[in-house]
Amino acid sequence: MSPALAPEKPFVKKAEKDFADAINPGVKDLIADAARHNASSDASADKTMVINMGPQHPSTHGVLRLVVEIDGETVVGLAPDIGYLHTGIEKTCEAKFYQQVVPLTDRIDYLCPMTNNLAYCLAVEKLLGLEIPERAQYLRVLFNELTRIQSHLVWLGTHAMDIGALTVFLYCFREREQLLRIFEAVSGQRMMTSYVRIGGLSLEPPLDLYDSIRTFLKEFPSKIEQYEGLLQTNPIWMSRLKGVGYLSPEDAIALGVTGPPLRASGVDFDVRRDMPYSSYEKFQFSVPVSNEGDVWARYIVRMQELRESIKICHQALDGLPEGRIVADAPKIILPNREQMKTQMESLIHHFKIVTEGFAVPAGQVCSSVEAPHGMMNYFVVSDGTAKPYRVHMRNPGFATLQALETMCKGRLLADIVAVIGSIDIVLGEIDR
Amino acid sequence: MYDPASALTGLQAISEAHPENAAIQAAISALADIATDAKYDRAELTITVAREDILAACRAVKPVYNFFEDATAVDWYPSEPRFQITYHLLSLSLKARLRLIVQLDGSDAVLDSIVSVWPAANFYEREIFDLFGVRFSGHPNMVRIMMPEDWQGHPLRKDYPVEGYR
Repeated sequence: MSPALAPEKPFVKKAEKDFADAINPGVKDLIADAARHNASSDASADKTMVINMGPQHPSTHGVLRLVVEIDGETVVGLAPDIGYLHTGIEKTCEAKFYQQVVPLTDRIDYLCPMTNNLAYCLAVEKLLGLEIPERAQYLRVLFNELTRIQSHLVWLGTHAMDIGALTVFLYCFREREQLLRIFEAVSGQRMMTSYVRIGGLSLEPPLDLYDSIRTFLKEFPSKIEQYEGLLQTNPIWMSRLKGVGYLSPEDAIALGVTGPPLRASGVDFDVRRDMPYSSYEKFQFSVPVSNEGDVWARYIVRMQELRESIKICHQALDGLPEGRIVADAPKIILPNREQMKTQMESLIHHFKIVTEGFAVPAGQVCSSVEAPHGMMNYFVVSDGTAKPYRVHMRNPGFATLQALETMCKGRLLADIVAVIGSIDIVLGEIDR
Repeated sequence: MYDPASALTGLQAISEAHPENAAIQAAISALADIATDAKYDRAELTITVAREDILAACRAVKPVYNFFEDATAVDWYPSEPRFQITYHLLSLSLKARLRLIVQLDGSDAVLDSIVSVWPAANFYEREIFDLFGVRFSGHPNMVRIMMPEDWQGHPLRKDYPVEGYR
């Protein structure tokens, strides 16, 4: 520990000092503050202690580490320590052709791969100035909403499990399985779908898939009622959620919170409605907002979002236009297999796209979509070559994590678990 | 397909081309004295300001562009100015986005922190420091966020290899 950080009355015990030395300096500041606090007031001397929560704590959903300063069981300070899952995907993107980045985007937020695909493809399409056929836009909306339902099911299941309600977790994964089968049928993959491609979609969905989706949409409202029946009659669930983890609208905006946590704090903003993309302007749906700003409000907002997503899926299925699922750009979009086997031009395009990629006009664009966790932006810089010069992802969890301390301060240690569940954390998108 | 001739350059040209657009007019009037360059391309407004003006620029646009989305950097190595720090700001009321840009020389990559204006910039500035090595003066906690504490170098710089040894 540097002399500046060494408190006059340090953490007394040697083991604690070793711990403070071992952790990174970002967290050292918090510990130094705690130590100074201890040193400055005799009355509160040795009153607080710093503990580690994660990176293997079950409620931290993987690899989030929280350094928590507690006074008894009350949280007085909290510092998230991230980076354990950092994969350098933004750097890897710079070494790939534009179309090769799509499978990487699946892996950013692995609970909503199609949303990530879409956000990236929208940015590249904006750089290219491509026009996407309406059928592809509707299918993008349909699968994005199914992805939202799938992601919210994981949130609900794991959030309930964090609080101790295991049955809901099993039920949510039962329904999620149906959706994963739909994704598998359309893209060949359950999770890393890479279904949305630059210029359109990778494949036309098989005809019988629409029936499976309709069957799912028909049954799903009764499942939502089942979850609510299990949770909202459960006194433990109610008391662990209500009034916990309050975030004011001013704090939510100042800290960059987006998505359901922002709307649960009373800020009525949804990218789908306010800055529409991919034909969302043609869909009728409402944006659930709550003014309570607590964990309960975030739960209610997401449950209502599930119902709104069902509405959007029905509209996409009913209004699905006929036509192509890819733009008319043979130098950018791979020809289909049959054309490639029978037409020389198509074979040449295929060969050139795969081996050389396609050049994208120079420029800088930002595309944003409403992901299940909040606003997701892709900032793509092109220098006119076939590889992106820079790809930056603004993922909602990264900013929302900054609000964790505000939400947890003054609450009990156990409330942190409820709050983490309510911000629906995915470390893949935070660490990238 | 994209037509490069559709891009507009300069505050005046953009302002004249979009007299009815409240978001563009608000950004231009707030930054009229500060902006060194402006571009309107692919329906996105980008305004460049000098490094010493970044705090003033953020404060000037904050009443309208009240939501801080993200900050990141682009490394134009070996060109100078090497680093382009990019801020995306959103107007929740006008539903529009503004991109603020600051350019920095590689030899002097230090910039004022805007955490005092938007607390949300905290993690983003730490990330830029970690991955590009650009420092933000006045940041409350300028330490690495993604890489281990003892990591050598800044991985998102263009002279840092994608794979293999440095």
